[in-house]
Amino acid sequence: MACLSYAQAGCLALERAMAADPAVVVLGEDVGRGGIFGQYRGLQQKFGTARVLDTPISEATIMGAAVGMALAGLKPVVEMRVVDFALCAMDEIVNQAAKARYMFGGQGRVPLVARLPIGIWTGSAAQHSQSLEAWFAHVPGLVVVTPSNPQDNCSLLAASLECGDPVIYMEHKELWTVEAEVDPTAKVPLGRASVLRAGADVTLVTWARTVQPALEAATAAAARGVSAEVIDLRTLWPWDRETVLASAARTRRLVVAHEAVRVAGFGAEIAATVAEELGIPVRRVGGARIPVGYSKVLEDAARISAAAILESLLQ
Amino acid sequence: MVTLSLDEGLRLYRTMARIRAFENAAEEASRGGVSAFGAALSASVRVRGPLHLSTGQEAVAAGVCAQLTTADLITSTHRGHGHTIAKGASVERMMGELFGKVSGCNGGKGGSMHIADFSVGMLGANGVVAAGIPIAVGAAHALKLRQRNALVACFFGDGAINRGPFLEGLNWAAVHALPVLFVCEDNRWSATTATGAMTAGDGALARAAGIGVPGERVDGNDVFAVHAAAAELVAQVRAGQGPRLLHAITYRVKGHVSVDPATYRDGEEVDRALQDDPIPAAAARLRAAGVAAEALAQIALEAEREVAAALAAASAAAWPDRAASYSDIQDTGSDRWLV
Repeated sequence: MACLSYAQAGCLALERAMAADPAVVVLGEDVGRGGIFGQYRGLQQKFGTARVLDTPISEATIMGAAVGMALAGLKPVVEMRVVDFALCAMDEIVNQAAKARYMFGGQGRVPLVARLPIGIWTGSAAQHSQSLEAWFAHVPGLVVVTPSNPQDNCSLLAASLECGDPVIYMEHKELWTVEAEVDPTAKVPLGRASVLRAGADVTLVTWARTVQPALEAATAAAARGVSAEVIDLRTLWPWDRETVLASAARTRRLVVAHEAVRVAGFGAEIAATVAEELGIPVRRVGGARIPVGYSKVLEDAARISAAAILESLLQ
Repeated sequence: MVTLSLDEGLRLYRTMARIRAFENAAEEASRGGVSAFGAALSASVRVRGPLHLSTGQEAVAAGVCAQLTTADLITSTHRGHGHTIAKGASVERMMGELFGKVSGCNGGKGGSMHIADFSVGMLGANGVVAAGIPIAVGAAHALKLRQRNALVACFFGDGAINRGPFLEGLNWAAVHALPVLFVCEDNRWSATTATGAMTAGDGALARAAGIGVPGERVDGNDVFAVHAAAAELVAQVRAGQGPRLLHAITYRVKGHVSVDPATYRDGEEVDRALQDDPIPAAAARLRAAGVAAEALAQIALEAEREVAAALAAASAAAWPDRAASYSDIQDTGSDRWLV
């Protein structure tokens, strides 16, 4: 066990995978210097410039080349800097990576992990702050992972590297410096949620950065006599229906909270599923349908606060 | 044909004849298909999806692929039947795929636009213009990292040079000196629009030169010229000199898709192109070199027979099981697709 940041924990998982499997390579802008968030620090020194490959600012070709690499026997880890930039590579993600295995009738597979960091991050404004996880969860062929803490970032990145199919791996930029004890050998399977706090009155489902305000809201709700069970979904596709439905069947009430825009967010999928299956009241807490503004006042208007989640828990 | 043996010449001719026979049969089988260009879909059509024919462009596929080994890879375009045949795929399995049958090389999941045969190094046609370029570059990168003695031939059309991945992919391949032969198969039409009117500057070769990728322009309807130019460029790529580009000028004699009558084109332009058919041109050259007319007729006949057998097999083959819709997508979460 070691105390690692969320960024270091991901780096450790990658380092272990690269040491174990020569097919694992990293490609993207600035990865040689460790990536702009430091999540690749030391890897090029350790594994060389051929396996930790600095690329031009060519998102479409970074992703498309990774598809070609994967079809030709490698396991690429694709650095997209932020999810907002990955929009330059949507054809390569949606039409190529996600479709190749199916449309070629299983002749080839695309075992790549694309890192598309999400979320609001200190004054980064409208084009560097989005949480677009629902876009990718909508696409057949993609696995979507949203780790919320250093241990999960290590274990889920390791699991993603063993997945064999394209994984959209979405770290939250405000979590990079969060530190915790990490056991690099601990396994976390894809598709399994984590119950962070047991409760009896309401099930609160969340992921990534929103886990923190969700736990704060649950603590505050407890002081008001409402016991909330907090579930960190961890993987959005496939999402852990069993854990969520079992919890909601007990509590008979569901709140889903995410930083992404509430309209057509992935919370809607969870709320609709729970309503269909259990017929219980559901609520969604999500961002307003506004771009993330630069000024702190405007940026804060796009955030999901513990108070907003608390309000839904108490309703 | 100076450096070409008669056997090699006949092999090129045979490949072209096989592609032509396939395209003609596929075109016929697609009559009443895909409802576009004012046509209604017929219930009895055998090939129902969009079919982009490479009729008249056979010399490019045949000439380039003759320079490749089985270890080499190719990527192709929506107009990819010729490349697939020339790389060695089974005509029977290809026709099965066009028919949407389980016997198809993709099990009926891809159709014409996504036809692929990984067993012969054919990494897929692509429904998105220029999308094969980054994939080819990545595959070449993998070959280099894995120290494989092979290259990737990347076929794309004239329309692709106006998309970003052309610039990005060529730059990447040049920066990393990757083993890629880029082949711009210039049939001069982008769907229903003349590419020339939409393309500034001096075209593929000039743009490639600007990125540091040398190349050659060739008459894409002269299979022997394509073969010779590809030989030279492939040798340079194999020698580790980095990527090269072959700009092969040809002509799309059919419509954008098989049901497109292409009435937007000047009839004289099409007539001129038909006079420049690569197959009779190659036949004349082979005849002049001493090949008997009967030998060429025999090759054409064998190609027709092969395709007739493929049509019969495709007609007789089973449809995919509906349950196949849920396989080959992803393993993680494979129990959730029905929800």
